[in-house]
Amino acid sequence: MLKKKRNLIALGTLLLLTVATLTAFWWLPVSPLEIDSTKRLNGPSAAHWFGTDHFGRDIFGQTVMAARVSLFVGLTVALIATVLGTVTGLIAGFYQKADFVIMRIIDGMLAFPSLLLALALVAALGGSVTNIIIALSFSYWPVMTRIVRSAVLQMKSAQFIEAAKTSGVSDPVILSRYILPNVLSPIIVQGTFIFAKAILAEAALSFLGVGVEPSTPTWGNMLQEAQMYITIAPWFSIFPGIAIMMTVLSLNMLGEGVREAFDPHAKEKIKKKKGLLKTPVSAR
Amino acid sequence: MLLQYTIRRLVSIIPVLLVVCVIVFLIVHLTPGNPAYLILGEDSSPEAVAQLEAQLGLDKPMAEQFVDWLKNIVTGDLGESVYSSEPVTDVIFARVGPTFSLMLTSIVLTLIIAIPTAIFVVWRRHTVLDPLFTSASLVGASIPEFWFAMLLVLGFGVAVPIFPVAGYVPISAGVGGWLHHLLLPSIILATVEVGLIARMLRDSMLESVNQDYTKTARAKGLKESTVLMKHVFSNALIPTTTVVGLTIAGLLGGTVIIETIFTIPGVGQLLIDSIHRRDYPVIQGVVLFIAVVYVLVNLLIDLLYALLDPRIRYD
Repeated sequence: MLKKKRNLIALGTLLLLTVATLTAFWWLPVSPLEIDSTKRLNGPSAAHWFGTDHFGRDIFGQTVMAARVSLFVGLTVALIATVLGTVTGLIAGFYQKADFVIMRIIDGMLAFPSLLLALALVAALGGSVTNIIIALSFSYWPVMTRIVRSAVLQMKSAQFIEAAKTSGVSDPVILSRYILPNVLSPIIVQGTFIFAKAILAEAALSFLGVGVEPSTPTWGNMLQEAQMYITIAPWFSIFPGIAIMMTVLSLNMLGEGVREAFDPHAKEKIKKKKGLLKTPVSAR
Repeated sequence: MLLQYTIRRLVSIIPVLLVVCVIVFLIVHLTPGNPAYLILGEDSSPEAVAQLEAQLGLDKPMAEQFVDWLKNIVTGDLGESVYSSEPVTDVIFARVGPTFSLMLTSIVLTLIIAIPTAIFVVWRRHTVLDPLFTSASLVGASIPEFWFAMLLVLGFGVAVPIFPVAGYVPISAGVGGWLHHLLLPSIILATVEVGLIARMLRDSMLESVNQDYTKTARAKGLKESTVLMKHVFSNALIPTTTVVGLTIAGLLGGTVIIETIFTIPGVGQLLIDSIHRRDYPVIQGVVLFIAVVYVLVNLLIDLLYALLDPRIRYD
């Protein structure tokens, strides 16, 4: 999987961003929080690569700093949703009685567009990093449950599972040792996509003014402020947006990469593209 | 068979709607502290709080509240807006026009772009076009909608002002003005969805490109374009209808953002305004309304699917 250039670039971008944002205080030449009223809304320059905002703060520094919250929210949501979804999906797929109850609840939750469900929850809980994480995890885990459940259902009648059952292996062991490792690839793929979606959703919620506290620098909060100055200071809007897009795109590319690496079907399509299967269909 | 399937599907949405109702009901009860205080503000008098509690039914036990609330909902009573004191149903229905217009233009625009793109990519599948298309659809899915909207507003509203960047004109005031105001917002919503639908259509078309019936069609001496249109495309269209149903969820979420940016007085803007006003009955009403619309649209699509593809009915 790492042999593909695309996956390497995506992974590299994410690692670079993570390291950059975690060590930002040490290497940033100008503090992103430093207010300088003489430099309000200056365009990009050698001193301020991405220009300055309405308080004269450095936008490059802010963009790097803001990655912290976005990556943290995205990763935490992906982990929580993955764990919740995997556990419920395994149970639903394995036990028919639980399946009915769990899937009715999941179907009900999937009846809400995920951004809408998150909005409603944040509206009730109030905007903060913790509440955003709760709201987004709650909105995204049903999809994971569905995917894990259908993967388990496909596995369930496999011979080695039957064999384990008849030789008296307990259910938890079958689930964790026999089934889980075999359904891991769709879980990883979906987890990566949730990571990406959560970053987009967090930015959207903050942009709408119902997300992370406005005092915390996040890409969504920056863009919300930038919106007012879009005609006189377009750089204020452009750079944080590019940062979101690059991060989300890297995650989506990684997800695609994992999917291609694990899914033999996708591999066949690649071969086809490369012309290996271009020979007349009848010759196959 | 079709009738039986229809009845089965209709029955199956009952538990879904029940779960939807429970979640919507719980929105108010998730608020930290007393919702009545939150709505009225910190310095409100105890009498006013008690009165609002009684109006919202918050002074009763939870289970009783839920049953009362559910009874009202079934009769179409979603309560009263705390902000304007109008019935929530009236408040919502006054905003439905713009949102449905925006959804309609976005879906039409999405399909107009996605279908020919997918067909063209499959037709030229052995060229560089295919990997290019796959990358483009990934990029499309990675653009934050609100940011893209800001860029287009900058481009087409300010730099080259050919589109209005705010407001809405009802269709009754002329189709031209209606479309003119909706085009830019629809382009933004469509950009994200085009990637998804075209990708799905391409995938299912590629799956039938080497099926037996396609081989037969080619062996008969049909032109590749005829094979693609008549045999590959028409079969790929059926699973794609389901994806259209799913993208409606994305669009419904997207309209909230887009309506706010373009100040389109739709349901989405109402939701955001109500969140800022802490108008919980309206928030609940809007969320319930959107979820029910979404469930019904997907029900319709499933029924359409069963009508098109008889195999589904036996599932």
